[in-house]
Amino acid sequence: MSNLKTPSDLKYTKNDEWLRIEGDTGTIGISDYAQDQLNDIVYVEFPDVGATFKVGESFGVVESVKAASDIYVPVGGTVIEVNSALEDEPELINTDPYGAGWLIKIRLSDAAEANALMDAAAYTEYCNSRS
Amino acid sequence: MSEQLIYDLGSPGRCGVLLPDCDVPQEAIPAELLRADLDLPEVGELQVIRHFTRLSSLNYSIDKGFYPLGSCTMKYNPKLNEDTARMPGFAQLHPLTDGAGSQGALALMYQLQEWLAEISGFKAVSLAPAAGAQGEFAGILMIRKYHVDRGDNKRTKILIPNSAHGTNPATVTMAGFTAVELPSDENGDVDLAALRAACDDTVAGMMITVPNTLGLFESHILEVVKAVHECGGLMYMDGANMNALMGVVKPGELGFDVMHYNLHKTFSTPHGGGGPGSGPVGVNEKLVPYLPGPVAQIIEAAEEADDAPLYGLVMPEKSIGRLKAFHGNFGMHVRAYTYIRANGDEGIRGISRHAALNANYVRVRLQDTYKIPYNRYCGHEFVLEGHFEGVENVHALDISKRLMDYGFHPPTNYFPLIVPEALMIEPTETEDKATLDGFIDAMKKIAAEAHENPDLLRSAPHTAPVSRLDEVRAAKQLVLCCRPIPEWAG
Amino acid sequence: MSYMPHTDLERQQMLAAIGVTTIEDLFEAVPSTHRFPRLNLPKPMSEMEIVAELAALSDANEHAGDFASFRGAGAYHHFIPAAISHIVLRGEFLTAYTPYQPEVSQGTLQAIFEYQSMMCALTGMDAANASHYDGATSLAEAVTVALDVARGKRNKIILSHGINPQYRAVLRTYHQGRDLKIVGDSGRADIADLIEMLDEHTAMVAVQYPNFFGQIDDFALLAERVHQAGALLVIVTNPITLGLLKPPGELGADIVVGEGQPLGIPLSFGGPYLGFFACRTEYVRKIAGRIVGETLDQDGKRAFVMTLRPREQDIRRDKASSNICTNQGLMSLTAAVYLSLMGKHGLRKVAELCYHKAHYAAKQISALPGFSVDTSKPFFNEFVIKCPRPVAALNDILIEKGIMGGYDLGQDYAHLKDHMLLCVTEMNSKAEIDALVEGLKEATI
Repeated sequence: MSNLKTPSDLKYTKNDEWLRIEGDTGTIGISDYAQDQLNDIVYVEFPDVGATFKVGESFGVVESVKAASDIYVPVGGTVIEVNSALEDEPELINTDPYGAGWLIKIRLSDAAEANALMDAAAYTEYCNSRS
Repeated sequence: MSEQLIYDLGSPGRCGVLLPDCDVPQEAIPAELLRADLDLPEVGELQVIRHFTRLSSLNYSIDKGFYPLGSCTMKYNPKLNEDTARMPGFAQLHPLTDGAGSQGALALMYQLQEWLAEISGFKAVSLAPAAGAQGEFAGILMIRKYHVDRGDNKRTKILIPNSAHGTNPATVTMAGFTAVELPSDENGDVDLAALRAACDDTVAGMMITVPNTLGLFESHILEVVKAVHECGGLMYMDGANMNALMGVVKPGELGFDVMHYNLHKTFSTPHGGGGPGSGPVGVNEKLVPYLPGPVAQIIEAAEEADDAPLYGLVMPEKSIGRLKAFHGNFGMHVRAYTYIRANGDEGIRGISRHAALNANYVRVRLQDTYKIPYNRYCGHEFVLEGHFEGVENVHALDISKRLMDYGFHPPTNYFPLIVPEALMIEPTETEDKATLDGFIDAMKKIAAEAHENPDLLRSAPHTAPVSRLDEVRAAKQLVLCCRPIPEWAG
Repeated sequence: MSYMPHTDLERQQMLAAIGVTTIEDLFEAVPSTHRFPRLNLPKPMSEMEIVAELAALSDANEHAGDFASFRGAGAYHHFIPAAISHIVLRGEFLTAYTPYQPEVSQGTLQAIFEYQSMMCALTGMDAANASHYDGATSLAEAVTVALDVARGKRNKIILSHGINPQYRAVLRTYHQGRDLKIVGDSGRADIADLIEMLDEHTAMVAVQYPNFFGQIDDFALLAERVHQAGALLVIVTNPITLGLLKPPGELGADIVVGEGQPLGIPLSFGGPYLGFFACRTEYVRKIAGRIVGETLDQDGKRAFVMTLRPREQDIRRDKASSNICTNQGLMSLTAAVYLSLMGKHGLRKVAELCYHKAHYAAKQISALPGFSVDTSKPFFNEFVIKCPRPVAALNDILIEKGIMGGYDLGQDYAHLKDHMLLCVTEMNSKAEIDALVEGLKEATI
């Protein structure tokens, strides 16, 4: 856990997704901890642009050789963009989970939902408690 | 040197079979119906024989050596079974032959149903399911229909211990139920308190494997059955491990309502590199009308004592329906029938006893070298932990791969999920003591190697036809077919 | 017992090592009230006696080796080259497990990869899995894929009544726990009627090619409309016909399924058979069952491995789309050997023989008084005849003449009482066909 990153400007979920809020747009990815657990990621199943999800709903699947993990939206919203670079290079999630390895961008339906998420300190503690 | 692909062995114009000339007047075939090309190999018979013979030599198999693959019951597959299944009246019998023309096959199916019912203590058996997983599916559909028919529509949950095979929760989802996982206690049994807390009127039933996937008999199985029955649920027994129970206990007498068999495990039909299987289901009285069909029945009793009755195929009254076309994997039924005949009462009883003898012998002989959680008398298999204190980065998988160098097939890896670095070992009753001793010696040598030269394990196998594979590459590139995609497919 | 090798001495040594006196001591955890029940089974039998008993049961059946068979309807009597059983019976294939340990399973894995490749070539699809239980369960699994592709937002499945009735029954069994609307096959709806049923709730339309009556429908408009509606087109097919006819991929299929039994697999009273399943690349991550892919080992050598494993039940558990954990391994091997032996030229020849012989038979029967042959659409090697007497009565007479007549369609279709579905393959000589025609003629006098 010690060498895994947990940027302090993001919010986190118990399912190991992260959320970055910029205006009414939220960017969603999976944490360094999650990519490390999954190991070599080989495929991402994306939602359609325009699809709407309520907080906690599954929007796709991240697949490695050994596991397939459902991914859930940390807050509700409508998908405005998916990271199509991952179609050819899913390993970006392993190498740069908070940057080039982002998954989707959504238009937030209620930014206040993010208040219920963990901050970096709480998430780090949560990860430590599991290892 | 890899074996070439069959497509790469051909020459244009070659064919492996000479077919007869057409002996009837030929009818013009409308050109618009015809395909432009047929992209199949062009090889001769000898090339085919050599290609597949060389491929076969790259496989490990029971006929080659010891296969202690937990939960898979890799026992010897008697050759006689293959001969009887190929008798012309079985192999060339059309499934839609009229009842009068298929009495031999129906008599065999009927007798096999009866024997399987006797061994498991159930009222009736259907041979319809094509594999164990389909038997599970049939069982859960029967439980569903039983509740629905009684107007009891609020039962949406099926309870499953966390040591269960993955097929159990997958089956539950397929049947439209929700799987609820139950924890295991410190003895490897179902946590009774958690079970009782989960039992309410939304529980449709419970699926449980006996002995469980640790190879252990549930210490309080009667309490488990009682708790689920008291809340109105039905009990499903996953019969994957029947090789531990024959002549030891009858699931029907323990109170189970339904279970499936795996003929390809317990009754010695070959695994064939992945199938076919066969998964008959047995049920108690209340589920008989729901059995998947058709089932073989006596439709007219014999007039004289020496005569045979008239058999027929019948769809049970409230059947969950057909699971496949026709009537189950009949070829597997012939093999299982042959096997039960050869063993008889004495042999069937001996199977589970000797399976337990072999498993316990290996367990005791390895208990000082490997950590064995839940170390008590086991059934037909046991689970040990494939890692060593003080040795970093040697995993169960490495021990498995190293076993290949010693001429053995690896045990099952990483299952059940509740044991870290699990190695699940099932010797089966058909192995002799010398073979088991050879395996035990290899396991001990590998443990020593793990301490002295762990790279030997990490880089194993060294003598197999190929070394470890790049599974990431396989999953990313997805080369699933060696032929070019035709133009019209764009 | 011959399959248990233990000697008394070995048993004693093993019990001593464990620290118990008898084997029965190992079962103390089993409730004593239920331990060691009586087993009412017969005594063990010797190999000689078993062979005699089973030979008698085998001989009691009327099988295609002894009769001229004209019965198909989902299971077909085709020529099986001798080489096949010699390969399939090799213990290295027969007694191997699922190839979870690829280093010692390259034989099975490469054979499956070649099978997948040949099924892609036959069907005109991009990818095929390692097989399902049979054609019927392949169709049932296609429904799950279609629902998943529609992300659970569509629940209507349109079926043609020209699909094998048993396949449709199995599909309904599989999906009884789900909230689906399965329509289209209750009456006599033709392809145009199926197009009318398409709407925004439709996840999939399934048709059979040739259909259960042996006829070849035109799917061009159907394929166009199904795709316009955002649904999947599933085509159930017979692999022998594909030796000659256009592949379903060319007809617009998204998924192709069917029964692989005609590819060298014995009739065996209905199983084990081979459910093939092929699809376009975009759906490959949604399909159930095993799939083998090509890769490299650590030394850079080409090798094969089961891939897309996380979809499967042992990893995905309650989120898996299917609980399947076998494939018809030996049957897919059989099909691979059959297709290799027959190859490009042999399979076409088999298909041509089936076509010509069936058309010869149809022509002869249509000339018989009282009989008529449905020639409203082109057919392959099965066709429907309307009979002047009940089909069962005709078959009773034919069997006396050593002929197994066709399938009684009245069992499944109310409007087809007294209609017989006849099947003619390369196994039927002209003499057999002439005898059938003569037999039908005599049966009505």
